[in-house]
Amino acid sequence: MVIVSEVHKRFGDKKALKNITFKVETGELFGVIGPDGAGKTTLFRILNTLLIPDEGTATVLGKDVNVDYKEIRPLLGYMPGNFSLYKDLTVEENMKFFASVFGTTIEANYELVKPIYSQLEKFKNRLAGDLSGGMKQKLALSCALIHKPKLLLLDEPTTGVDAVSRKEFWDMLKILKSEGITIIVSTPYMDEANLCDRVALIQEGEIMQIDSPKAIVETFRKPLFGLKAENTYKLLKALKTYPQAHSVHPFGEYIHYTEKGESSNTEALKTYLFEQGIRELSINNIKPHIEDSFMELMQSKQEGKHG
Amino acid sequence: MGDPVIQTENLTRKFGDFTAVDNISFDVKKGEIFGFLGANGAGKTTAIRMLTGLLTPTSGTASVSGHDVYTQAESIKKNIGYMSQKFSLYDDLTCEENIRFYGGIYGIPDKELKSKMEEVIESVGLKDVRNKLVRSLPLGWKQKLAFSIAILHNPRIVFLDEPTGGVDPVTRRQFWEKIYEVSNQGITVFVTTHYMDEAEYCDRISIMVDGRIDALGTPDALKQNYDTDSIEDVFIQLARSAERGDG
Repeated sequence: MVIVSEVHKRFGDKKALKNITFKVETGELFGVIGPDGAGKTTLFRILNTLLIPDEGTATVLGKDVNVDYKEIRPLLGYMPGNFSLYKDLTVEENMKFFASVFGTTIEANYELVKPIYSQLEKFKNRLAGDLSGGMKQKLALSCALIHKPKLLLLDEPTTGVDAVSRKEFWDMLKILKSEGITIIVSTPYMDEANLCDRVALIQEGEIMQIDSPKAIVETFRKPLFGLKAENTYKLLKALKTYPQAHSVHPFGEYIHYTEKGESSNTEALKTYLFEQGIRELSINNIKPHIEDSFMELMQSKQEGKHG
Repeated sequence: MGDPVIQTENLTRKFGDFTAVDNISFDVKKGEIFGFLGANGAGKTTAIRMLTGLLTPTSGTASVSGHDVYTQAESIKKNIGYMSQKFSLYDDLTCEENIRFYGGIYGIPDKELKSKMEEVIESVGLKDVRNKLVRSLPLGWKQKLAFSIAILHNPRIVFLDEPTGGVDPVTRRQFWEKIYEVSNQGITVFVTTHYMDEAEYCDRISIMVDGRIDALGTPDALKQNYDTDSIEDVFIQLARSAERGDG
């Protein structure tokens, strides 16, 4: 469906994308996971033909984004990161507008948008600008879908959205996937990676890893421990000064911790922490989360740079 | 942790016939990290605007750092720090200029500001970019700088409105270490977030639903009360009960 090959893009002296290569299969739900400034939006703007890469090629359904952009555009549904519907049009007027731009009608594709749009219909006469977070996202998705695109490009659809609305949004993506639509979605929320078939982890314009979320977590080699104590901040500071510590990251109520080298000596760690005045310590061997993998990749990239 | 620095009782704000904040009552103690959670549209922003002296309540009482929100809003503003995800720094000023600008606004004497400037540059790790425009910094650095600036005048309370949205996972954690450090110094931290793992870092959290505070306690206590092992579950159980809908 999508083939990106050795794409580079720079703005002035800032390299926004460095040698990006990946493929997305038809029907896949593909995640681009990375923080703000990683290059996600630049990548999306290349895929949707709005931006020309400096080097490399990208094709959508076999068509080149530089050359065949007129043919590609009707095949795409794009939801940009900023809310970009007409705020002074109503919900229904926005839908009609986007349908007519693509030469279709709401009625013609109603079945496809129904699971999402039906939740909005009771507000159809409300101005889009007066909708709140979750509802705006649903309207933007409905507008991106109204011409029945083959490929949906969703740029950070859930940023700043609360946990419940995020969950609902991903439920909707599952429905669309079952309709056979290919979806590329970007997000800064690492937990959403687990809902994708495959993900690309992107940081500072480079893809650090591409694979299924399960396979990515499996490449986390070091034994990982979850630590908890009476005073989390004290524990965190003590771990950071421990010479054997490789990584120390707060993770909800636990602190995730790995040691240098292949094996770990938890007895020595316990002794050290006791000497540092840490009480009510618990240490458990735990399974890594995709966020652990992301941070490990960031760390090894940093160390590679400096050494 | 000592006396309450924020106290509210039946605090309410209506807009026309819409009750955005509905009789909320809670205390926040000195040095506490207080997580203020709620779905989009639950009323968090309206509540924060009242507590920061920007919006007059319709009814109820609230005092912040000992000052009354109705009559002493200006004194409140001097005793608090505030940063949000949306606006924090001037993009077209350099790091140093932003520090100097806010230092001026807070009325920090020149001599003190000079040493504060070095302190901030050092603690955020901005040595090499101190004369660069803030626009050119990665988001995570900007947010760390914005936080340091928000506490430049040693406020008793700092309000952080979604400070880590979109920030990479490593920097997000460094930001929280800074929060711990500040709270250790006795500054109260009042923070909102959509990252549920961050809710676990708070001493206590409250969850707003339809303008009310429907749950308040330590993360452990809430998980026990709702019989689950994650705050995300507690949040979802509560937010699903919302009737206001999010239209």
